[in-house]
Amino acid sequence: MREQAVRALRRGVAAAVLAGLVLAPWAVDDYTAALLARTLALGLVAVSVALLTGVAGLPTLGQTAPYAAGAYTSAVLGGQVSDVGVVHLAVAAVAGAALAAVTVPLVVHARGVVVLMITLAVGELAVVLVGRWRSVTGGTDGLAGIAQVRPLWGMPVLATDRARYLYTLVVVAALVGLVLLVLRTRVGLLLRAGRDDEARLRASGHRVSLQVAGVHVAAGAVAGAAGSLLVVAQQYLSPADFGFETSALLLLGVVIGGAASVGGALVGAVLVVAGRDWLFGALPGHAPLVLGLAFVVTVYLLPGGGHRPPPVRGRLLPDVGTRRAAGERPAPTGARA
Amino acid sequence: MTPLLSARGVTVRYGSLAALDGVDLRIDHGQRHALIGPNGAGKTTLLGVLGGAIPAGGGRVLLAGRDVTRLGPAARARRGIGRIHQRPAVWETLTAAENVVVAALPHAVRPGRWRPSGRRRAAERTAATLLARVGLPELAGVPAGRLAHGQRRQLEIAMALAGRPRLLLLDEPAAGLSAGEVERLAEFLRELPRAVAVLLVEHRLDLVYALCDTVTVLRDGRPLATGTPAQIRASDPVRQAYAEGVA
Repeated sequence: MREQAVRALRRGVAAAVLAGLVLAPWAVDDYTAALLARTLALGLVAVSVALLTGVAGLPTLGQTAPYAAGAYTSAVLGGQVSDVGVVHLAVAAVAGAALAAVTVPLVVHARGVVVLMITLAVGELAVVLVGRWRSVTGGTDGLAGIAQVRPLWGMPVLATDRARYLYTLVVVAALVGLVLLVLRTRVGLLLRAGRDDEARLRASGHRVSLQVAGVHVAAGAVAGAAGSLLVVAQQYLSPADFGFETSALLLLGVVIGGAASVGGALVGAVLVVAGRDWLFGALPGHAPLVLGLAFVVTVYLLPGGGHRPPPVRGRLLPDVGTRRAAGERPAPTGARA
Repeated sequence: MTPLLSARGVTVRYGSLAALDGVDLRIDHGQRHALIGPNGAGKTTLLGVLGGAIPAGGGRVLLAGRDVTRLGPAARARRGIGRIHQRPAVWETLTAAENVVVAALPHAVRPGRWRPSGRRRAAERTAATLLARVGLPELAGVPAGRLAHGQRRQLEIAMALAGRPRLLLLDEPAAGLSAGEVERLAEFLRELPRAVAVLLVEHRLDLVYALCDTVTVLRDGRPLATGTPAQIRASDPVRQAYAEGVA
């Protein structure tokens, strides 16, 4: 009974948020509409973070890498191929997925805090590469003068901030819906099972490494598509869009929204970015400090956001001798369990 | 006849300690085989090696004549080795029915190439049947994390059977169960089809002697004796080993 009420309340809140997002561009100025569009793009990256961190149990700080790959590919290559938004989206998603696929060998056998460190390094390397590859990315000066796109063939170009916002909203809604649909299939079931107990999943005959690789590449595609939306919303790219601050903001948003909830991650990321851009305007230059404090407070008070904290594959903190205390022997070299 | 499972000279070392020291074991099709011995004899390690969770430092493991020594637990499960763990291993955030569905998925037969959801439906049918068989049909929708220990054990048995095993490795299945639950477990194991061979590790010797036709005694990582329950009961070295080693 209580679960049904919670479910109904959640649906009501989701419908209200969606209605508010649809009506928002008529209630705010152009600058705010552009800001909202950019925030939605980041919200989609947060969905990819939630997919890895909350659903699959692979904590990540590196989704800015496929996000950047998608954004720059969309801006540089997409502009030469077509001016159609969905083509840019597809190209960006492929770029994000390809970058994620390249990093699969690094993460597929790592777990817990090791994944966090590896993905952080991948994200930082991507930012360095973007900053130095001046001939293509414009380096730290950024990439400006990006051509406007039209959503589909035969439609007018997205010439106003309101149009660009609505395009971003439709794409984000469609992709989040797609992710939710896929998670309702056996794919979602297997990811949750792997997050709970990976060794048990292996002992049942599942190819866990393939599943980890698959979700990593899929999350890369989602982040890459978000990169294309950032190009549409902002019409300018710079390495600062993909730095560590963005990664930390995304993780904070996902933690606040509930790591295991795709919709919650989206809302959490939107709240965090909105908080940075609007609420902290009164404290110029201190936003990172306030966000850092918010992160610490959130992790201590709400380890799972609004939900039960999801398990993580591997350990995030060192195990202080509990295995030995339980009388277990160390695993022999190369143990598979 | 080729045995279902054959372990030859299996060795596992933890540093200078030999947990298993050249163990030979043969299990025939449909056999009910027990592995007993004092604490620290290497029983659970041997189950780990046979199931693929622990790599053998030396020796070979053959399943129906094929060498599976280098295969991991997933590949061995797909070839028909199921395992029930010392502490029931279930996916806690999934419901009981979802647990069995996930366990059944790699083994479910898809009805047609163009029906990708067919495999899940087949797994769902298997789950409903097995949950009824182990006595948990009314708890199908309850998250496994909320089940009591005995119910988790029943669920794990259903999960193991969902893998259509040819060989079931049971690691102290009666641990932590009440007398009534142990009785139900024994009845369930007795009713297992003869196509499923069983390797049972258990400290409760009454259960071992009631269920198994062959018993192997391990001590300090080495086989001490193999025989029928009557032969093992009458064996002096076995009695001595137990007197020295069982807690």
